[in-house]
Amino acid sequence: MATPNGLITVDSVTQTFPLDGGGQYVALRSINLDIAPGEFVTLIGHSGCGKSTLLNLLAGLSQASEGGILMHGRQVTEPGPERMVVFQNYSLLPWLTVRQNIALAVNTVYPQMAPRERHEIVERNIQLVSLTAAAHRLPAELSGGMKQRVAIARALSIRPKLLLLDEPFGALDALTRGNLQQQLMQICQESSLTAVMVTHDVDEALLLSDRVVCLTNGPAARIGQILSVPLPRPRERLSVMNHPDYYQLRSQLIHFLQEQRRLKQLAATSR
Amino acid sequence: MPQVLPYLLCIGAFLIVWQLLSAALGAARLPGPIQVITDTWDPYIKDPFYDEGGTSKGLGWQILISLQRVAVGYGLAAVVGIALGGLLGLNRFAGKGFDPVVQVLRTVPPLAWFPISLMVFQDANMSAIFVIFITAIWPIIINTAVGIREIPQDYTNVARVLRLSKRAYIRSIVVPATVPYVFTGLRIAVGLAWLAIVAAEMLKADGGIGYFIWDAYNAGGDASSSQIILAILYVGLVGLALDRLVAFVGRKVSKGAA
Repeated sequence: MATPNGLITVDSVTQTFPLDGGGQYVALRSINLDIAPGEFVTLIGHSGCGKSTLLNLLAGLSQASEGGILMHGRQVTEPGPERMVVFQNYSLLPWLTVRQNIALAVNTVYPQMAPRERHEIVERNIQLVSLTAAAHRLPAELSGGMKQRVAIARALSIRPKLLLLDEPFGALDALTRGNLQQQLMQICQESSLTAVMVTHDVDEALLLSDRVVCLTNGPAARIGQILSVPLPRPRERLSVMNHPDYYQLRSQLIHFLQEQRRLKQLAATSR
Repeated sequence: MPQVLPYLLCIGAFLIVWQLLSAALGAARLPGPIQVITDTWDPYIKDPFYDEGGTSKGLGWQILISLQRVAVGYGLAAVVGIALGGLLGLNRFAGKGFDPVVQVLRTVPPLAWFPISLMVFQDANMSAIFVIFITAIWPIIINTAVGIREIPQDYTNVARVLRLSKRAYIRSIVVPATVPYVFTGLRIAVGLAWLAIVAAEMLKADGGIGYFIWDAYNAGGDASSSQIILAILYVGLVGLALDRLVAFVGRKVSKGAA
């Protein structure tokens, strides 16, 4: 059922997990979503709503219980470098330096390429995230923001068709987060990357996305609403916030999240 | 200067209590620290490497004999233990199936292996080496296997997304992620190996620091207690040095991990 212009199609995906005491937990129910090439899509929702579960499905790290994920019309059955993930906790290998972490990805994905060419790709991507001075350092010697930049550089260095970001800026202070958001947005714009990002930050979602996909509370989370963000690009934090439509979009998202929170509390008290 | 103050005070207190105990029990039963030194100064402290032929050698030689046995037994235990632990860690089936065997055998005290190994090898030296091997191998197996099983999901996810080959996965992720665990095992093992060799040599061996202690006891001379106490001190110092050495190498090798 792939739409002709869709890069990724999420086709009535339901994800269940077996519970310890028998029975099963339904994390996602009947999710349908099309993602166009070059689109930046954000998944937003309260914690436990299955955002990360959906991202893992897109990555191919887990398989849907029902339905499936299609990429270029072909079913996703395993993870692969064309769907690179920027993991929530960076997932850098602590025994490798910044350069080696990125080189591992480049060398693995481009084995047939000349070593010099691979080296250039590594250096270019280190430069892209302004880490040249720290390229010889181990992850333990980096700040959280620097680690996240390495993770992003590693992901970008292998030119994924789809970039998956799992709350990439969640653990960072506001200033660092703002800078990295801006950088990521620029990179996505320049190389017209397709990206799916999980977040629970409304402003982050609006700043970066073309569409914001709002998930309802779990269990059995569904897509509650999809919000298009028609703000002009290239975007800049301040100009976005001053845009006449911004607050209307923002209040729609906040309204959705508050409604979900109310339902969650209701469900909790009625139990 | 203030950094050494606690050591000076506490060790001084320890020596004073020892001296008082010696005075209470009588110097013939328990020599005090000063007497231990005067009794053993010539030849044991002064010349650790004298050699009068046979088993009458300085403590330096005796320790080297013991260390040699430990090196062989512990070296074998390290090689075999890491290989077996790697296998049990990578292969769930074998890991699960052999777990009871490992759990039972690892609790067997070193000396319980000695009679059976004497029967098998018919040779005291070989038996002592085997006792070291079989004592030291369990913590190495267990820690290696645990290290592999505890590789964080994050790292495996990176390997899966990049589609690392099995070989690259083992080289780039399994080995470096497991090294700190392996060295924890190696560090426990070296302590056990040293403990086992001294005990095994006391039972049956020609030469070695354990033999020296038992020999001094059997000789029952005036200075025997002092010789035994001096040897115990050396055993402790060598054990500490071995422990620190393995820990040091571990830190050097494990780099950013752990």
